[in-house]
Amino acid sequence: MTVKSWLLADTPHSRTQARLGQAYIGLTTLLSNPLAVVGLVIIGTLVLVAAFAPLIATHDPYQQNLALRLKPPSAEFWLGTDALGRDIFSRIVYGSRLTLTIVCLVAVIVGPVGLAIGVIAGYAGGITDRVLMRITDIFMAFPRLILALAFAAALGAGIENAVIAIAITAWPPYARLARAETLTRKGSDFIAAIRLQGASPLRVLFGHITPLCVSSVVVRLTLDMAGIILIAAGLGFLGLGARPPSPEWGAMVAGGRDYLIDQWWVATMPGIAIFVVSLGFNLLGDGLRDVLDPKMR
Amino acid sequence: MSLGAGTVGAGKTARPSMKLLRGIATQLGTLCLTILGLLFVTFFIGRVVPIDPVLAIAGDRATPELIEKIRAELGLDLPLYQQFWNYLVKIVHGDLGNSVLTAKPIIQDIATYFPATIELAVAGTLIGVLAGVPLGVISAARQGRWIDHVVRVVALAGYSVPVFWLGLVGLLVFYVKLDWVSGPGRIDAVYEYIVEPRTGFMLIDCILAGDWEAVKNALSHFVLPALILGYYSMAYIARMTRSFMLEQLNQEYIVTARVKGVSERAIIWRHAFGNIRVPLITVIALSFAHLLEGTVLTETVFAWPGIGLYITHSLFGADLNAVLGGTIVVGVSFVILNLLSDALYTLLDPRARAT
Repeated sequence: MTVKSWLLADTPHSRTQARLGQAYIGLTTLLSNPLAVVGLVIIGTLVLVAAFAPLIATHDPYQQNLALRLKPPSAEFWLGTDALGRDIFSRIVYGSRLTLTIVCLVAVIVGPVGLAIGVIAGYAGGITDRVLMRITDIFMAFPRLILALAFAAALGAGIENAVIAIAITAWPPYARLARAETLTRKGSDFIAAIRLQGASPLRVLFGHITPLCVSSVVVRLTLDMAGIILIAAGLGFLGLGARPPSPEWGAMVAGGRDYLIDQWWVATMPGIAIFVVSLGFNLLGDGLRDVLDPKMR
Repeated sequence: MSLGAGTVGAGKTARPSMKLLRGIATQLGTLCLTILGLLFVTFFIGRVVPIDPVLAIAGDRATPELIEKIRAELGLDLPLYQQFWNYLVKIVHGDLGNSVLTAKPIIQDIATYFPATIELAVAGTLIGVLAGVPLGVISAARQGRWIDHVVRVVALAGYSVPVFWLGLVGLLVFYVKLDWVSGPGRIDAVYEYIVEPRTGFMLIDCILAGDWEAVKNALSHFVLPALILGYYSMAYIARMTRSFMLEQLNQEYIVTARVKGVSERAIIWRHAFGNIRVPLITVIALSFAHLLEGTVLTETVFAWPGIGLYITHSLFGADLNAVLGGTIVVGVSFVILNLLSDALYTLLDPRARAT
């Protein structure tokens, strides 16, 4: 029996087999979508670049050399140098770490918070549900960028504050999603069975319902990543993101504004990096949604 | 503002008009709650700032008595809920405080800056609708063909490109290299004080003044930022139109129409498109709301004297009151548009009204 036929068996013999089979089908569907593959490759490259930044960078990203400032792209400086004579390519390479950090931190805050609020609201029902969902709706109707801007302005510049500002405005859709998922699972027989066995509400909630909501939250997070990157870059561009001399991409674009006319590469190169990475997340997210949304099949 | 949550009697004989009234009352209640929430958040932001407002006024060599006095004058010695109440009362009266940079009341500043933003957002939305709706429909009608792929990629790119970068590249190409458009700003300085500001909308003012040179100049400044915002609006509208249309085209009544021999053109434009007009209106309203917010970065790049530029300038001037004032105005417009699109949907779609 080949691995493939084992994976695609109509009558799986164990839970693991069934799960792996599902994952295999999902993966092949995803890989048959060329745009999703492009997205996957971009994100994979981003992760690798971030992980091996010291090996890939050709120069020290912080090393200033005023004798070599604003040099055009060349064999020595692949993407040119900025106003302080720093190598732009190396700074973009190191900047990938910041981008990934921001995205991951926001995801780590927003996912669990949204999940917890949504699951509790959906399971408890009644007044708890109404209050929690009203709060969620209020936050959902807020303008994200402006509010993140105001928060970042109040908290001061810095990557942690940018993360907090984005997270505060990004959690509501996850709460909505988790609540909807909880409502569909709440009435199912296996939950009733667990409750009859005497499981406490907390155990039902966090041991049995929450794990089932995780996958849709993760997909939604992938879809949101591009938006998070763009807001983070926007805050960076306005000087509210990572503090200099951090090679944050948005801040790098802002740093090149004054030299746009004669040294175009300073501002444009980091912007291309932002564009490519958020395009990657969008392509991947689109593909993932097609795979996981049964309506689209 | 918080008093608007009217309570229409919950009549058990739910006649359609009563239902509608109740729906409107619920929407109004939600609106007030949301705005109250927004104000609470801005109040909270104003309180968590590390800068002590008393110290800013009194200076760090003030005597403790003076500090106490100023604290009491600013109402900072009151319990938090009372401070919030005073804050609400002030805002309802249109008092957002004074700007440090312009030394004028913030509400007055915003009144001069806001029209520029609206001008851009309206133009952007118009471009978005005119380009996005046909593209979305065509893309859905030709699902899986090359035009569909092109539209999808163009739209997805619009979701991915940082607006401030696109603005800079646009300036570099069309202003610096090709010299097709004018650079940052709303109009050349030569015309700035010639045209009398009647409406606050530069283009309209120029036309009212009958100065066609000024109109041309203003347009050449206007076109690039408007096109860039239009692109974002188009990306969103095209994507939504496409998915609405696909949903309709997969339904049985379309098959029936085809079997009856209705032309493909009529099926797409009359049958399918006719059914997505209502959700499209809500999408367009949302797109406009997003552009109002999204102009912050565009205005910074183009030195466009709108509310976004006002907010960012105040930001660097450490003028938090002005930042929050701008946030409140944009936020409230955003919230109202958001809920208005919901209300429109209920009002226009008989199916949504029935439930």
